[in-house]
Amino acid sequence: MTSYIIKRLIALIPVIIGVALVVFLIIHLIPGDPAQTMLGERATVEAIEQLRESMGLNEPLYIQFISFFKGLLSGDLGRSVMSNNPVLNEISVRFPATLELSFCAMIFAVGVGIPAGIFAATHQNSFFDNASMLIALVGVSMPIFWLGLMLIWLFAVILGWLPPSSRLSVGVELDYITNILLVDSIIQLNWDAFKDVFSHLILPSVALGTIPLAIIARMTRSSMLEVLKQDYIRTAYSKGLQDRIVVYKHALKNAFIPIITVVGLQFGVLLGGAVLTETIFSWPGLGKYLVDAIYARDFPVVQGGILFFAIAFVLVNLLVDISYAAIDPRIEYK
Amino acid sequence: MNYVKKLSLLLVVALVVVLFSFSVYAQEYGGTFVFGRGGDSVGLDPIQVTDGESFKVTQQVYDTVVMFKPGTTEVIPGLAKDWEVSEDGKTWTFHLREGVEFHDGNPVNAEAIKWNFERWGYEDHPYHIGGEFTYYAYMFQDFPGVIKEVNAVDEYTVEFVLENPQGPFLNNLAMVSFGIASPEAVKKWGEDYFKHPVGSGPFKFVEWKQGDRVVLEANEDYWDGRPYLDKVIFRSIPDNGARYMELRSGSIDMMDYINPEDVQSVEENDDLDLILRPSFNVGYFAMHQDFEPFDNVLVRKAFAHAINKEALIGAFYAGLAEPAKNPLPPSIWGYNDEIEDYPYDLEKAKELLAEAGYPDGFEFDFYYMPVPRPYFPQPKMIAQAVQYYLSEIGVTANLLSYDWGTYLDKYYDDQFQTYILGWTGDNGDPDNFLYVLLDQTQNNCGYESEELHEILIEAQKSVDKEERVALYEEAQEIIHEDVPWVPIAHSTPPLVKKTMVKNYIPNPTSTEKLHRVWLDD
Repeated sequence: MTSYIIKRLIALIPVIIGVALVVFLIIHLIPGDPAQTMLGERATVEAIEQLRESMGLNEPLYIQFISFFKGLLSGDLGRSVMSNNPVLNEISVRFPATLELSFCAMIFAVGVGIPAGIFAATHQNSFFDNASMLIALVGVSMPIFWLGLMLIWLFAVILGWLPPSSRLSVGVELDYITNILLVDSIIQLNWDAFKDVFSHLILPSVALGTIPLAIIARMTRSSMLEVLKQDYIRTAYSKGLQDRIVVYKHALKNAFIPIITVVGLQFGVLLGGAVLTETIFSWPGLGKYLVDAIYARDFPVVQGGILFFAIAFVLVNLLVDISYAAIDPRIEYK
Repeated sequence: MNYVKKLSLLLVVALVVVLFSFSVYAQEYGGTFVFGRGGDSVGLDPIQVTDGESFKVTQQVYDTVVMFKPGTTEVIPGLAKDWEVSEDGKTWTFHLREGVEFHDGNPVNAEAIKWNFERWGYEDHPYHIGGEFTYYAYMFQDFPGVIKEVNAVDEYTVEFVLENPQGPFLNNLAMVSFGIASPEAVKKWGEDYFKHPVGSGPFKFVEWKQGDRVVLEANEDYWDGRPYLDKVIFRSIPDNGARYMELRSGSIDMMDYINPEDVQSVEENDDLDLILRPSFNVGYFAMHQDFEPFDNVLVRKAFAHAINKEALIGAFYAGLAEPAKNPLPPSIWGYNDEIEDYPYDLEKAKELLAEAGYPDGFEFDFYYMPVPRPYFPQPKMIAQAVQYYLSEIGVTANLLSYDWGTYLDKYYDDQFQTYILGWTGDNGDPDNFLYVLLDQTQNNCGYESEELHEILIEAQKSVDKEERVALYEEAQEIIHEDVPWVPIAHSTPPLVKKTMVKNYIPNPTSTEKLHRVWLDD
């Protein structure tokens, strides 16, 4: 197992080089440049030239790539063209926010999606089954933008139960240490802040988790249905085992591989930053920041950010693969 | 006058006095003011940034040598209490307020101001780092550009010697970009100074949670009196709809950029006020005279008659704009209000077209911007409406667009026959609109007028404001006759605040100091 993990980690290196090269080329080949977007209507030919020169954009492309790659090897992703802030610094502030939100959204999606899928499968064609699959269908096709605004409108404006957006209320004091605020408030034993942070997480997690929830519920149902038709399930029932044991011990464990795969993929997608959710809920995560950077042609930020995502995605996939072995003893990595 | 009338007059006067004294004496100290805005600041070193969200904050933290009178682009004293200019317009001497300190306790004196200008203007200055100093090079035309030297004559007298007289110089100094920073703080933080701003403004920097909020607190020793507010928080809430819901739920006190469809619900809500920022921009339709038939002034005049500006504003600005008849917005001094706009008149337009030799119309390319800007909130729809208006007089416009970068590229390369674009002011000086946009050495619509050029250059060199006003009024008349563009609208960006927020006076320049704002709890 250990040697497998090491092998997989080594395989990250060509992935990183490949992603770095592709991202670098794409962002440099699309029209428009940072000097231009920075200057906007003031982008006279001379002003652009001057700015491009001082930003180092007039160097040949391969020279720029070499200097980017050299920085990468020493862990330096460069500084943002717009703000002059080191890219690594920006990522280290924003990624934890994305991670926290994605994690909570996945807990919501898994926590509701898997039980709903199991129930629908064990009660196939019942009213609940049909209703939940209809809801799941709606959930998959739900425009997050609209859902988010409706959640805010209902729970924050009309009912006033939950805060409308952002991560922490004005007036609640909390030092940011890890930038994962639930963790930060626990470290500081600051329970008021913990409650506040938690209440801020609910609406965006629901909005962000809805689509994965629907996908997971549908996948759980179909995977369970398939397993429940197997001979060994019939055998288990005929041995007189209780429903609960058959479903959770015999069926679910075997149905779990595709579910885990979907959960892993969805989590990877969420880590890529949920631009719409972040926008609606004023969540200072990496997704919206990256999209803004693409519009601004902030090359170092786009390169660094996407590289970071690629690595995160590969690592999540690795975790999924490892968990296969944990669930199914027949799977063994060498 | 009979007694009843006299008595009622007296009553009215008394009422006004009472109300007035209320509004003066009811001002309260204290409270936290939370402003919701569309994005985070890029940086907090004002010379390094070009975005409004950064300037909103730096306006509070820094002072400038001179500043804008609230609600206008008139220059009033700032760190300098008064100034004089030499007869040749090349030497400006500023007398500074005494005893003003930066938030770190260092004195704001002539040396500090000299140091700031040298940091910005000299590329070999050890602290000319951390960015591109874009606005310095832009306003003073290169490094060090117009400013030949800055001298500290004594502790509180600073002298600027210019290469040549620059009419807009004073307005330039008032720009938020030229906020005076504590030299010690810049030296301490180096490249990272943009995260640790230290000025002498009404509010001190407390913290910046990136992507989320910037927190400021009152500067107890502010030279213009302690701010009424204890704290100011700028929160980033990117979505207009979500921001409005934050305001409705009470978690912010004020916001900018509201969706047009929400305007009505603000007006119906007693707890909210809609206030309009005086316009500082112009959106226009340009006709490039290198292309036929736009070299013919009759065609251009016909177009000016064919576009219904009022209707455009009603449909695409939610009424939050005023029709433009000049390139200058009315908030800028020198605006010529005598000029009468070409009225919307299709018959007249058709006549002019026939007179120009195009009774059956013609076909041409019409480019619109791919991104909304303050002066054109919905460029595509506005372009479609203009296309429709022009079809009414028999001409066919082919609508085309590019991505924003390419669009600007082609615009500067004079490739567009006709296009819409606009401009937002920098320093509140008429030169910043008229020369920059329409002088024959600058414009991108093939417009050549030697007469206009001479006037604009003369006005640029003059430091006598009255003389400059007269010159700019004349310039606007020439432009009106030549119709290089059809000016469409000056948008007035909306701000929504709770009624308890008092004395918020929006400035055309997009940012304002908040030390006179107070909360009526």
